[in-house]
Amino acid sequence: VLPYPVVTSVPPLTFLLLGHTQLKNDGYRTLPLSGHVGFGSLPDQLVKKSIKQGFCFNILCIGETGSGKSTLINSLFNTTFDDPVSSHFLPSVKLRAQTYELQEANVLLKLTIVNTVGFGDQINKENSYQPIVDYIDAQFEAYLQEELKIKRSLFSYHDTRIHVCLYFISPTGHSLKTLDLLAMKSLDSKVNIIPIIGKADSISKTELQKFKNKIMSELVSNGVQIYQFPTDDETISKINTIMNGHLPFAVVGSTEEVRIGNKMVRARQYPWGIVQVENENHCDFVKLREMLICTNMEDLREQTHARHYELYRRCRLEEMGFRDIGPENKPVSLQEAYEAKRHEFYLELQRKEEEMRQQFVQRVKEKEAILKEAEQKVHAKFEERMLALQEVKLKLEKKKKVLEDEIAMFVEKKANAEVLQSQPSVSTPLLSLKKDKDRKKYVLMLVIRGSKKKFLHISLL
Amino acid sequence: MEPEEHSMEPPATPEEEMPLTAAPGPAGCQLFGYVGIEAVLDQMKVKTMKMGFEFNIMVVGQSGLGKSTMVNTLFKSKVSRKASQPGQEERIPKTVQLQSVTHVIEEKGVKMKLTVTDTPGFGDQINNENCWDPIIKYINEQYERYLREEILITRKRKIPDTRVHGCVYFVMVVPPWGGGHGGHAGVMVVLGRLRPLDLEFMRRLSKIVNVVPVIAKADTLTLEERAEFKQRIQEDLKTHAISVYPQEDFDQDPDDRALNDRIREKIPFAVVGADQEHQVNGKRVLGRKTKWGIIEVENPAHCEFPLLQDLLIRSHLQDLKDITHNVHYESYRVRRLNESNRPELSSPNGLPGKGEGGSDL
Repeated sequence: VLPYPVVTSVPPLTFLLLGHTQLKNDGYRTLPLSGHVGFGSLPDQLVKKSIKQGFCFNILCIGETGSGKSTLINSLFNTTFDDPVSSHFLPSVKLRAQTYELQEANVLLKLTIVNTVGFGDQINKENSYQPIVDYIDAQFEAYLQEELKIKRSLFSYHDTRIHVCLYFISPTGHSLKTLDLLAMKSLDSKVNIIPIIGKADSISKTELQKFKNKIMSELVSNGVQIYQFPTDDETISKINTIMNGHLPFAVVGSTEEVRIGNKMVRARQYPWGIVQVENENHCDFVKLREMLICTNMEDLREQTHARHYELYRRCRLEEMGFRDIGPENKPVSLQEAYEAKRHEFYLELQRKEEEMRQQFVQRVKEKEAILKEAEQKVHAKFEERMLALQEVKLKLEKKKKVLEDEIAMFVEKKANAEVLQSQPSVSTPLLSLKKDKDRKKYVLMLVIRGSKKKFLHISLL
Repeated sequence: MEPEEHSMEPPATPEEEMPLTAAPGPAGCQLFGYVGIEAVLDQMKVKTMKMGFEFNIMVVGQSGLGKSTMVNTLFKSKVSRKASQPGQEERIPKTVQLQSVTHVIEEKGVKMKLTVTDTPGFGDQINNENCWDPIIKYINEQYERYLREEILITRKRKIPDTRVHGCVYFVMVVPPWGGGHGGHAGVMVVLGRLRPLDLEFMRRLSKIVNVVPVIAKADTLTLEERAEFKQRIQEDLKTHAISVYPQEDFDQDPDDRALNDRIREKIPFAVVGADQEHQVNGKRVLGRKTKWGIIEVENPAHCEFPLLQDLLIRSHLQDLKDITHNVHYESYRVRRLNESNRPELSSPNGLPGKGEGGSDL
């Protein structure tokens, strides 16, 4: 029975080797394997998972209207994104984002293209780049919010942070415009900038080289940090260094195809010749595509997350009043933040409640006022009617008085007549008097009826 | 002055014609030619290989079940020191201790920092109540460490990951009953089920970490006994609603589900560990030599060690890490952040006044 081979072969010799590797592996011993374990497939497992998840890539295109942004994007991704043409007369810069899903082989890419509409068109361009800065910050903020949530789902979060900014420089052939410099300066710490000369088929080769040199020197002298293709990995460092020297890329985009030889290629046809988009001698389009998609897409995403986003996060958290005073304080500080947030929400809630309560009270008051008014009206009407009633009553009283007076008079007359009668003892005048009485009674009834007051009751005699 | 170059020459680079694929979805676009999106996969591979991987595994089980041997066999190297050497007295610790050993192993250019946490003393006492507490504390401590790193303002580019990605739990083979108590001759003896300690432990731990149960020292079981024992264990787990890895809730799509269902049928794996090589049919194999034969560890007919190796390393390693990060760590974070929001906790004086930006949180 042989002893386990590795045990016996950890003699002092390997200690030297171990010592060497110790530096590389942060102080941990490297164990040699005596057989096939199988975790060499780990990168494949990771890739498989990523394929299932899909990738996100967000491109921001900044450039003046008509500098060839949409055409270039269409050419880059070999498809036609429907993007309406914009006018020159927009009052302010607006950003328009559209998301597309592209699939090649089995890789699903969620591509978001953000276009600046109206950039450089206004008479006063002071606020041209502020909306762009705000947009980029807003995406970072959204991610930060998601990250700070208690119950979060970063796994399925649709990342909208801008991974690369293609800045289109107008092909004047001279130098950068002030707007370009200012815009790039304000964006270089927030996003990876790749400057591009659009519509480069209007510049000749010698002019182009001079133009490129001028642009780069201006950028350097103004301290603008554009994105440098990474040169730390041996496999791609060589090509990246070469490409770094070709910045800014002079590109031509085209959505039309022209027949060259026996193939249909993307090209622009002029009376004096054909500019082929994918011809390296004609423009830098192929280089851009190589760099942007084939070689450095992952690095762009990583830089956005590890550098620009972290910077934003740090600034933002510091703004909110956090410090990394000591490791023990940090979790509590976050608690403070959550406490503060909760407190604030509570205050907000109270305020809203108060507001609603006041509104309610207000409404009640209004309703009350209305009701009171109505009540008053009714009351007034009632009074009016009462008055009218009184008047009528008075009238009737008067009439009654008059009638009573008449009755009294009649009674008196009757008494007088009876006195007169008792002397000669005549019977017939009694009858005639009776008749007279009746008549008077009858007339009285008529008068009473005439006054239309049934409750006036006069007892006669 | 050189003339402007608008020649009629054929394009310099021949184009690769990739098959057209129409993407589904509301904003799907058809690609008319090669773009090169899939190159991003290679970029990712290169990046991850440069960064290296970390994997933390914990082995739990009573002493003498072959944990260290198993880990050594799994990673084909002397990862954990064997506790029992012939002639060396093994001292059972009074309480459960946790010992972590970290090594770096490399294969095919992929570097992996492997941490194995051993738990001597688990289940070895007379009274084993709460013997899982130190383990749970350790796991939570790792989560806490990660959380602290994550919420720093200036945080590291790559947060060191010490969280336990998988916990391999060794189930002891319960000796068959009915031996001397009038068991019927000729009738298959019924094996026991999971012991209360096993159930308690797995129940608690499957909530915070991926638990992979294995049957230890499975060379004492015949194939039929093994199948029965497994079935009993599966029933027990179902009755007590213990979800071991691979958990059913986290299957992402039908392919995953089919694959994981096949694995779930075979859980727990019956393993035999060995660290010595023997000669079998002219080949050198890892195995245990007994008087009645040589048990080959890597022979699927003899034991299920290859299946375990496949699960843990070859196919599901990344999945273990992902579930730990996306599910277990997140639930820890939720618990932790919720519990720290109680107002009775005093606020430190170190915090300067809250800025106006706090209202946007």
